[in-house]
Amino acid sequence: MRKVKFTQENFDERLKGILDEFPKLDDIHPFYADLMNVLYDKDHYKLALGQMNTARHLIDQVGKDYVRLLKFGDSLYRCKQLKKAAMGRMATIMRRQKDSLAYLEQVRQHLARLPSIDPNTRTLLVCGYPNVGKSSFMNKITRADVDVQPYAFTTKSLFVGHMDYKYLRWQVIDTPGILDHPLEDRNTIEMQSITALAHLRCAVLYFIDLSERCGYSIKEQVSLFHSIKPLFANKPVILVINKIDAMKIEDISAEDRALLDQMVDNDKVEMLGMSCYTEEGVMNVKQTACDRLLQSRVDAKMKGHKINDILNKIHLTKPAARDDNPRLPFIPVEAENKPKYDPKDPDRILLERDLEAQNGGAGVFNVDLKKKYLLENADWKYDVIPEIWQGKNIADFIDADIQEQLDELEREEERLEAEGFYNSDEEEQDSEDEALEATANAITEHNKLTQIQSRLKTTKNKAQLPKTALKRTVSEMSEHMESLGLDASDARARSRAVKRARSSSRGESIARSASMARPETSVVRDRTMSGVRNVKQKMESERVRKLAQRMPNLFAKRGESDREIKTKMPKHLFSNKRGNGKTDWSSEPTVPMDIETPEFFGPKVRNALRANATSVDLPKLCPSFFRFGLHFLQL
Amino acid sequence: MRLEKCYFCSSTCYPGHGTMFVRNDSKTFRFCRSKCHKNFKMKRNPRKVRWTKAFRKAAGKEMTIDSTFQFEKRRNIPVRYDRDLMATTIKALKRSQEIKAKRERVFYKNRMSGNALRRKAENQALVQKHIHLVDTPAIKLAQTQKLKEKSKLMDVDMS
Repeated sequence: MRKVKFTQENFDERLKGILDEFPKLDDIHPFYADLMNVLYDKDHYKLALGQMNTARHLIDQVGKDYVRLLKFGDSLYRCKQLKKAAMGRMATIMRRQKDSLAYLEQVRQHLARLPSIDPNTRTLLVCGYPNVGKSSFMNKITRADVDVQPYAFTTKSLFVGHMDYKYLRWQVIDTPGILDHPLEDRNTIEMQSITALAHLRCAVLYFIDLSERCGYSIKEQVSLFHSIKPLFANKPVILVINKIDAMKIEDISAEDRALLDQMVDNDKVEMLGMSCYTEEGVMNVKQTACDRLLQSRVDAKMKGHKINDILNKIHLTKPAARDDNPRLPFIPVEAENKPKYDPKDPDRILLERDLEAQNGGAGVFNVDLKKKYLLENADWKYDVIPEIWQGKNIADFIDADIQEQLDELEREEERLEAEGFYNSDEEEQDSEDEALEATANAITEHNKLTQIQSRLKTTKNKAQLPKTALKRTVSEMSEHMESLGLDASDARARSRAVKRARSSSRGESIARSASMARPETSVVRDRTMSGVRNVKQKMESERVRKLAQRMPNLFAKRGESDREIKTKMPKHLFSNKRGNGKTDWSSEPTVPMDIETPEFFGPKVRNALRANATSVDLPKLCPSFFRFGLHFLQL
Repeated sequence: MRLEKCYFCSSTCYPGHGTMFVRNDSKTFRFCRSKCHKNFKMKRNPRKVRWTKAFRKAAGKEMTIDSTFQFEKRRNIPVRYDRDLMATTIKALKRSQEIKAKRERVFYKNRMSGNALRRKAENQALVQKHIHLVDTPAIKLAQTQKLKEKSKLMDVDMS
């Protein structure tokens, strides 16, 4: 059902598009309507479009019918058949439209290639017998490039060229040649010219070849002119005598001359001679034609209704006189009496220009800008005005009543002084305060020094030793004691005595050993000699070690002392949370035990022990025994 | 030519110094140096930045209310040049600045008046807590010696 509906809608849409796109002959400009009639045959065109419309309706009808039938389709197969039938009928309808569609396609293509003629603009229309030089004229005055050949009917359709004259855009239409026979006998090519002549408001340039090289006699050409004259009504017509390089107007026979004169006399027809070959008179023809057309258009407009509309919009005011008083312009007396400026007069007013000339001319002379200052005293004009004083803008202080303000300030100052505002009540520090200050300063200084020292002391790359582990020398101690003002000689003597008594192999803290009250807690030992028998052996071992390290060091190999991480992710560190898998290994290790049960246990316990360790919760049953078993295992 | 005040720190911008920023509502901002300009760009409030004049004034660290401030201000009233008026103005300018400086000194002194007492209390606390650091036998010795010398001198004077 959907498929049928879709197909119907699709066809409908397409056909509607075609109908909309093609111009309706009744709506377009009569010139185009006629042109289309001539070119494509109005009846045929309308018939084709009508057929399209009918096909559209038929398809709609078919679609509707079959959709209705499909609604009552009792089986899938039936539906399928119905769908097929609907599609088939639609296709058949479209197939019948093949011819008219092909025709419309041709029309479309041809329409697209038609020259875009604007029927309402300023237009020059070139017409005449075949081969009289219409296209050559066109090529001369416009930028169009029309094919020119020395045989009749070179131009088979309308051509449009554009040119500029009097800053306006003009279109020039080149028409195919016309032969002199009744309208019914004319062929399509000629009919195009006739259509253009009939419907365009334009200036007509009728070309005549006096030399008769086109193959038609003057008489024939004149008779054509007369036969198509009804089409020239209300249009400026210019009779263009072409090819005057071959045959002058003056040279023709009296008979022909009479014919020409008759043409000119009858109407407001202007006769001009020109030659496309020598370009003689071409511009003249163009200008005359344009001027006449312009004139006729203006005349037509003046006759119409529109001119009144425009005139209504324009309004020119003419104020009426209020009374008889004359209202003359006011001119001051000074201005009336002012002598007229005369550059030759020696007593003339001095201009800045004169000053400039006197004082060295342009580039040297500087305009005096201060000259016209309006000040109380003229002497002040050239004063140097101070602008700043000690970071202050003097301009900020300028005030008309600054003196009053200053006086006010002085009075206030006096009052304050009298009140004792400026009396200082400074207290002299007494000696006690001084001493306190000195002590406090000493303490602060001491604190600072200690702080700095402790900051300097902190090393990053060493283990921090407790105070008791530090090694201190006797001299350090004595120095410190002396700085405190104590006598250190006793302590020094004691330490010396101890030193002699002990062996020197042990570097003991002497200061510590001096105080016998505390037990020896910390001793710094030299461990380099541990493990070797004597110094010689030590040297040897050192040498071997260095030798062994040489090659690895040379190739930058990893050595013993290099930091290394054996296992990147040791399992025991990364397995606390359970995943999806088994959990037994990460829980408390179950210890497989195989032990002989001692006699002193009761039968119940022994029974339990004999059972498999995994099946019996051993640690829970007898925790002490479990621990015992663990010990066994270790052993 | 004018001396402008820095928007941020209120210092004086001499001609040819500093930067000027003109906002798209045509308000102009003068900056005495890039430091002030940068602080402005960081959208800092000069009243909350401790080193600016605006902060010092807002926090009561400088004299803000005084009759001498009436002298220097933009009056925006055009006054035709007058030599006598200019002379008076300069005189008034100098005198008012002098008085202002004097008053500022007093203001500072008053502001600092409580400091001596506070410092004394601090010193006492410090000495009480840390006297062991400096009160070593050596210092005591030196002090007693000094006292002795003093008394000796006094004796000499007396005699």
